[in-house]
Amino acid sequence: MTVTTLAVLVLLLPFLGAAASLLLGKRAPGFAQPLAVLPTAAAFVLAAIVAVRQGSGPATDSAHRLTPTGSVPIDIALHLDGFAVLIAVLVGLVATCVQLYSTGYLRDDPRYVSYSALVAIFTSAMFLVVYTGDVMVLLVGWEIMGICSYFLVGHYWETEVARSASIKAFLVTKLGDVPFLIGLFALATDAGTFRINGILTAATHGELHHPTLVALLLLAGVAGKSAQFPLHTWLPDAMAGPTPVSALIHAATMVAAGIYFVARLLPVFETSAAAMAVLAVMASVTMIGSGLAALAQDDIKRVLAYSTIGQLGYMAGALAVGDRSAAVFHLLSHGAFKALLFLAAGSLIHAAGTNSLAAMSRMDGLGKRAEDAMWTMGIALAALAAIPPFSGFFSKESVLRAAEHASGGHTAHIPSAVGWTVLVAGLVTAVLTAAYATRLFLLAFRGQGAQVPDHGRDPAVMNVVLWVLAIPTLGFGMVSLVPKVFDLPAWFDGEELAPTLVTSVLGVGLALVGVVTMYGAWQATAARRRTPAGAVVAASAAAAEPALVEEAALELPPAGKAADPGDPGRLLLGPLHRPAAAGFHLDAVYSALFVRPVLAAASLVRFLDREVIETYVRGTGAAPRLLGAIVRRTQTGNVQTYLSVLLAGSVVLAVLVAVGA
Amino acid sequence: MHLAYPAVLAALLFSIGLYGVLARRNAILVLMSIELMLNAVNLNLVAFDVWLRDTVHAGQALTLFVIVIAAAEIGIGLAIVLLVYRNRGTSDVDKLTDLADREEKAEAAA
Repeated sequence: MTVTTLAVLVLLLPFLGAAASLLLGKRAPGFAQPLAVLPTAAAFVLAAIVAVRQGSGPATDSAHRLTPTGSVPIDIALHLDGFAVLIAVLVGLVATCVQLYSTGYLRDDPRYVSYSALVAIFTSAMFLVVYTGDVMVLLVGWEIMGICSYFLVGHYWETEVARSASIKAFLVTKLGDVPFLIGLFALATDAGTFRINGILTAATHGELHHPTLVALLLLAGVAGKSAQFPLHTWLPDAMAGPTPVSALIHAATMVAAGIYFVARLLPVFETSAAAMAVLAVMASVTMIGSGLAALAQDDIKRVLAYSTIGQLGYMAGALAVGDRSAAVFHLLSHGAFKALLFLAAGSLIHAAGTNSLAAMSRMDGLGKRAEDAMWTMGIALAALAAIPPFSGFFSKESVLRAAEHASGGHTAHIPSAVGWTVLVAGLVTAVLTAAYATRLFLLAFRGQGAQVPDHGRDPAVMNVVLWVLAIPTLGFGMVSLVPKVFDLPAWFDGEELAPTLVTSVLGVGLALVGVVTMYGAWQATAARRRTPAGAVVAASAAAAEPALVEEAALELPPAGKAADPGDPGRLLLGPLHRPAAAGFHLDAVYSALFVRPVLAAASLVRFLDREVIETYVRGTGAAPRLLGAIVRRTQTGNVQTYLSVLLAGSVVLAVLVAVGA
Repeated sequence: MHLAYPAVLAALLFSIGLYGVLARRNAILVLMSIELMLNAVNLNLVAFDVWLRDTVHAGQALTLFVIVIAAAEIGIGLAIVLLVYRNRGTSDVDKLTDLADREEKAEAAA
C-alpha cells in the first residue's frame, strides 16, 4: 500500500469504529470496548508506519477534486511531511492510551458507547487536520473537533458545572472561529486556492494583498482553539469533562491544532510583522498569566489546564520568532507528558476522592495509595518543569534557543524586540512552571493528616497506560537529538534544535529557583495545613467505577476557593493570589463585554416580541372577533326577520334603481 | 276590461300574502300566504297575457307551471310543518329558531 492509502486508512479507521460502535453498542455491549480501542490502536500503528515510510524525505502530496465549485476550488488533499506524520503518531498514541484508560476509568458508565464513539470521531478529525493539504478540509476537521469537545466536556450533563462549561467552551471557541472562517476566505481569495501548498507559494512570492488582516483574523481562531489569551477562558472550565477527555482534547491534541495550523501556514504569518508581534505579545501574556493563575488554583485539573495554556504559549512564542520546528517539537513532547499528567491526575482524583489540592494536602498516604500515579506524575511534572533529562527540557530549550536567536536579530523577518519579548516571558514562565509543578506534587503527594479513604484500586489497564506514556516523557527528548537514532531536525525544517549552553543553564537555573522557592514556601506553610479544609467524596464500595468519584467530586462545594491558608502559592503570590485564582477576572470582563450585552439584547427582543409583536397579533384576532360578535346578533334564527330585511333591501334597491333611472 | 282592475287586485293579493308571510306566526298560515302571493303573480301573468295578445300565450303557460310547482311546494311544506308539529307540539314560526348563532354556544365550541 502507498503512504497515501495508509494515511487515508488512518483517517477512516477511528471514524468507522465510531460508526460501528454507535450502531452496535446498545445491542451488543460486549463489542463496545473492542470497537473503541482496536480501530484507534490500528490507526496508531498505521500512523507510525506512515511516519516511518514517509521519514524525513520530501513531502508526499495527493489531491482529489470531487466537484468543481465554480470559484476557488476545494480539493480532498493530503499533505504528508515530517511535521504531519509525527504529530499524527502523537495523536494516535495519546488517543489509544486514552481509549485504553477509559475502558477502566469509565467501565460502567451508561454513556460509555457514545463517549468512546465521540472520542474516536474526535481522533479522526484531528488526523484529518494534521494530514490534510487543503484549508477548507482542515476547517471541517477543526469544527468537528469543536463539536466533539462540546459533547465530551458536557459528558456529565447532570451537573450544572459541566453543562455551563460545555456551552462556554463552544461559544468561546466559536468567537475565534468566526474571524477564522472569514480569514480563510480572505486568504483563499488572495491566493486563488485553498490548497496549503498554493497558499504558501503565494505567500512567499508576496501575492497576498492583505497579509496583516488575514493573519490577524486567522490568529483569532488560533487563539480560540489553542486557548491563548484572551480566548483561553474556556479551557480551565472545560475540566468539567471526564479526565481522559481532558487528557486527549484539552492537553494533547485539539488545543494543539491551532499551533499546528500556524506552523503549517507560518510563511503567511511571516509576511506580516504586525501579526508576528501580536502573536508574540499574545504568547507572552498567556505564558506569564497562566503561570501565575496555575500557582493559585486549587483544583488539580485546573492547575494542569492553566499549565496547558502556558505550554501552548511557549509553542505560540516559538512560532512568533519564526521557528516552527521548535514549536512542533514542544507540541510533541508536551502532548505526551500532558496526557500523562491528566491521566495520572484522574487516578489521583479517584484515590483521593477530591480534586481539591487543599483537601489532598491534608491527607496522609496518598502517594502510597496511588503509587503508579505518583511516580508517573513526578516524571511528567519534571518534564513540565523542564528538568533535564526529561523530554520537556529539550523541547523547551529549543523554544528558548529560537527566541534567543531572534532576540539577537539573526532571524529574518523577525524584529529583535519580538525575540526579547518571547525570551523574557519564556524565562519568567520557566520559574513559574517549576514552581507550580512543585506545588502540585508537594500538596498532592506529601500531605499530612488523616489517612486517605479507600476508593478501591484502579483497574490495571489505567496504570499500564500511565507507564506507557511515561516512556516518551522520559526518552523522547534525548532520543530525538541524537542524529544517529532519530534525526528530528531532518524531519522538520532542518533547523538546529539541540539546547545551547546559555539558554540551558539559564532555563535549568530558573527552574531550580522555582522549585527551591516553592519548597521553602511549602515548608513555611506546613503548620497552617493542620486544620482540615474541604469536603471529600465518601469512600464507596471498592468495585465502584473510578469516574464516579470524579463526577461526585464535581458536585462538591468548591472547598479551596475561599482561600486555603496553607497554600504555598498563596504565600508566594501575596496580593496577586486572589485575582490569579479567579483567572485575573477575565471571566468578569467577558461577562461585562459580551454576556451582559447579549442578555440585555435578548430581554429587549423578548420585550419586543411579547409586548409589541404579540399585541399586533392579538389585535388581528380581536378585531374580527368584535365584528363577529356584532354580526352574530342579527342572526336570530327567526326566518321572518330575515325575510323582512330581505324585503327592505329589495325595496331600497328598487327605489335606488327607479331614482337612478 | 281595463288592465287596472286585475293589476290592482293582484297587488292587493300580493301585499296581503307578503304581510301574512312576514307577520303570521302559524306556519300553515305562512304557507297559505305564500299561496296568495303566487296566485297574485298568476293573476298578473294571465292579465298581461291577454292584454298583450300574445300569440303563443306564454303567460298562460307559465301560470300552469306556477300552479304545478305551487302544488308541489305546498305538499312538501305541509309535510314539514306536520313533522315539526309532531316533534315539538307547536308550529309557531317564532319558536323555530334553532339556527340562531348564540354567543354562549359559540364560546363553548371555541
